[in-house]
Amino acid sequence: MFLNQFLLFAAVLFCIGVYGVLTRKNGVLVLMSIELILNAVNINLVAFGAFNGTIPGQVFALFVIAVAAAEVGVGLAIVLLIYRNRRSIDVSEANLLQG
Amino acid sequence: MIAALSSPIMAQAGSVMTETEEWVANGFFYVIAAVAVIAALKMVTTKNVVHAALYLLVVLVCVAATYIILGAEFAAATQLLVYVGAIMVLLLFGVMLTRAQIGAEDDLDHEQKWLGGLVAVVLLAVMTYAVTDQWGMDKLPADRRVQRTQEVADSIFSTYIVPFEAISLLLLAALIGAIVVARRD
Repeated sequence: MFLNQFLLFAAVLFCIGVYGVLTRKNGVLVLMSIELILNAVNINLVAFGAFNGTIPGQVFALFVIAVAAAEVGVGLAIVLLIYRNRRSIDVSEANLLQG
Repeated sequence: MIAALSSPIMAQAGSVMTETEEWVANGFFYVIAAVAVIAALKMVTTKNVVHAALYLLVVLVCVAATYIILGAEFAAATQLLVYVGAIMVLLLFGVMLTRAQIGAEDDLDHEQKWLGGLVAVVLLAVMTYAVTDQWGMDKLPADRRVQRTQEVADSIFSTYIVPFEAISLLLLAALIGAIVVARRD
């Protein structure tokens, strides 16, 4: 098995996630796309861990999973607050800071 | 430190994967990757928020299967427990609490979708070039083995104890922060 096939798989997932973050207007869907990006990074970490035959790849993948859990918790709280204040989670309408 | 902990096990488990096993693993990988990519594409294009969450579920399970192929069993178990078990439920709660409409919604995407698509395609081209240029013909070692949970635990609680504690604090801070932000007062 080539190392490359895992890296390319991760790259495709990453780019699909980037497309989702850029095009989606719904706040929850943006958070889901971010999860996709973080998963792609994790595949890379685990693949390099297997390639080198060392453990740290897997350890850092676990750290990324923990950070993703923290991120989605705070992110959903912010989305809920936006919904409560504006009755909509359309992120393109959350533009109060625009000059 | 890690080398000292894991080298005896590595020396014992020197079984080389046979040609057939490699073929089978390869076949499984391509099936899983195809399912994951199709589900991910569906996720970013579907018009139904709940369907998007379910497509994300498929992608997450496929990623866990990829970890199994790579011999990272603890990461795969954690992926299933944390992502599929916890984060998906959290996201579905988010969908529910923001009262997404039942069925298809037309207003989920920006008008300038093509710009996002252009960025993604250019990014994919650059990453493909960089990855192929650097790692083009490198193979995973044929005598690779399952990375045991015990070794992962030894590594986390010796070499990476400080980042581990930092992650614990981060999770606590995120928990309190989420409660403070989302609380009605």
